[in-house]
Amino acid sequence: MSVFLNKDSRVIFQGFTGQHATFHAEEAMKIGTRVVGGVTPGKGGTQHLGLPVFDTVEEAVQATGADVSGIFAPPPFAADAIMEAVDAGIKTIVVIADGIPVQDMVRVERYRLDTNSMIIGPNTPGIITPGVGKVGIMPSHIYSPGRVGIVSRSGTLNYEAVAQMSELGLGQSSSIGIGGDPINGTDFVTVLKAFEDDPDTDVVLMIGEIGGPQEVDAARWAKNNMRKPLVCYVAGLSAPAGRRMGHAGAIISSESDTATAKIDTMEALGMFVVRNPADIGATVLKAVRSRD
Amino acid sequence: MNIHEYQTKDLLRHYGVPVPSGHVVHTETQAAKAAEEIGGSRWVVKAQIHSGGRGKAGGVRVGSSINEVKKIAGEIIGSLLVTHQTGAEGRLVRRVLVEQASKILHEYYVGLIIDRATRRVTLVASSAGGVDIEVVAQQTPELIIREVIDPAVGLLDFQCRKVAYGVGLKGPLLPQAVKIMKGLYRCLRDSDATMAEINPLAVVEGNQLLALDAKMSFDDNALYRRPTILELRDFDEEDPKEVDATGHGLNYIALDGDVGCIVNGAGLAMATMDAITLHGGRPANFLDVGGGATPEKVANAFRIVLQDPAVKIILINIFAGINRCDWIATGIIQAMRDQNIIMPIIVRLAGTNVEEGRAILSTSKFPFIIASNLNDAAEKAMIEVKKIINQAMPLTKGRP
Repeated sequence: MSVFLNKDSRVIFQGFTGQHATFHAEEAMKIGTRVVGGVTPGKGGTQHLGLPVFDTVEEAVQATGADVSGIFAPPPFAADAIMEAVDAGIKTIVVIADGIPVQDMVRVERYRLDTNSMIIGPNTPGIITPGVGKVGIMPSHIYSPGRVGIVSRSGTLNYEAVAQMSELGLGQSSSIGIGGDPINGTDFVTVLKAFEDDPDTDVVLMIGEIGGPQEVDAARWAKNNMRKPLVCYVAGLSAPAGRRMGHAGAIISSESDTATAKIDTMEALGMFVVRNPADIGATVLKAVRSRD
Repeated sequence: MNIHEYQTKDLLRHYGVPVPSGHVVHTETQAAKAAEEIGGSRWVVKAQIHSGGRGKAGGVRVGSSINEVKKIAGEIIGSLLVTHQTGAEGRLVRRVLVEQASKILHEYYVGLIIDRATRRVTLVASSAGGVDIEVVAQQTPELIIREVIDPAVGLLDFQCRKVAYGVGLKGPLLPQAVKIMKGLYRCLRDSDATMAEINPLAVVEGNQLLALDAKMSFDDNALYRRPTILELRDFDEEDPKEVDATGHGLNYIALDGDVGCIVNGAGLAMATMDAITLHGGRPANFLDVGGGATPEKVANAFRIVLQDPAVKIILINIFAGINRCDWIATGIIQAMRDQNIIMPIIVRLAGTNVEEGRAILSTSKFPFIIASNLNDAAEKAMIEVKKIINQAMPLTKGRP
């Protein structure tokens, strides 16, 4: 059992026949992900990658029993695609698009209320459970099965952490990208809770960045609710205030948004904190050993 | 995207928010004419640049005669205004807003933000207007009233009344306040703004509410569907290197150090800057080449980073996921050749096709400094920076 994506998951892709979705669906299938079909309006009834294509998500769910969807629709159409997946009862919705208008996400989050759907992203590399499968755009070959859960806002920084861990022989139970946007479907706390409850995870690594209260809120939650060690890194120590550092959500709007403020608070809460990004792997190892 | 104060006020006026009568002008003669047209006996002349703190910097001044307005406008237009947001070099003032001055009885704050915690637009108000809301939030948080807005029904009248009463807006001011709050919300919603604030919202003579200053920021990701907002963009207020970068699908932010950075991914780009800083260096920029970086994109990244004369060396840090190290390496070689680059280049490659990428670099004629990981890259960058600084000052050392 691993979080959000396990061997029973049945995956579809929305925007299936597009170039990006095709490439990443094939990559996912190569590592064993159970892809059962896809959706492209207007192409229902055809086959793609040897799998059925449907006009609507509802049809796809009825025919395949899909419970996970990877959305590859471009930003202007992504909000509608997400709400279609919510309406069809998809449990885990992974949204890759980078650049969805923030007010669209406000509406999406309202629509999702009181449903059983979980939205991962937007602006995420996706989710991967090494040895089981992936829904996303991450290079799966760098990941290996293990017992460290990773949750991050950034994609490439997630890869960086994985590379450092691999050098030390540490693998991952699951890696979840919650995305770099100011409003995302799933926050750190939700993922931390899933890892805390997951019997295949021993230690959790949280990779955050400047902007917003999420990292500190998560560390406060962990202090009171987690028994597993939590390692925290926050990127953007050297970022100037008031500038958007690539990610729409990465902007220092107040003193508590800075990386230093976040890390100091986390340290005071007793977390394993990483100040130098080159020390992520070593700190995870320290946390793993603290359990022995 | 940000816009000028006068543009924000024009937008808000269309949504029923009362603003002082005024004109934006480019010369002192126009300023005098504007003051005459507006009438009255006192006017405010306000520098129009994208920055807060204009008042403290001398960019907002009151004139009590047409001649004085003319004189003030002449002094402000064409001057460099230095605020806490412009940096020491300041910002050139190209135009001023001339407005009727009001006798202020009290100042409030009213704003809308997109709150990450509730994932909703939130109305924020305070009885301490004319002060940065962040300062109020820190020093006197009890003065701030909030109301979370349900996007399905929008901002409701009773919510506006709650907030208005909460900050002490009552009697004849109450219906005015409700109208202003609802107008501000509709303006934010219709224009895909990420922030809108009126500060101060002043009570002036005659018990009237008036938006004396206003500010809005817009969602860059939504500009494709807001053509009228996009027209308000003022490229003079933006760093030309950043505008150039955006046009090439790159994310660039100028900083004040000397280590040029070319990285893929926003998070890794920040972490790279952090590693440089932790080794005692200073990054010259943030630059994210994004996913699917073609050789052309890499070449453009070099060109933009090198437009900054302070750059002494370049550090390239690529962790290829959907990118490919061989494409990146090809792009680096192209840039080195086409742009005649002679400064030290530190390259760290990892991920997809890393062996091919390294082979391309090592068989080229350029003396790249190859780093094995992030730490190694930052260390090597600092060694090179120190070498350059020492070379630049040989005489002071050797002189008898």
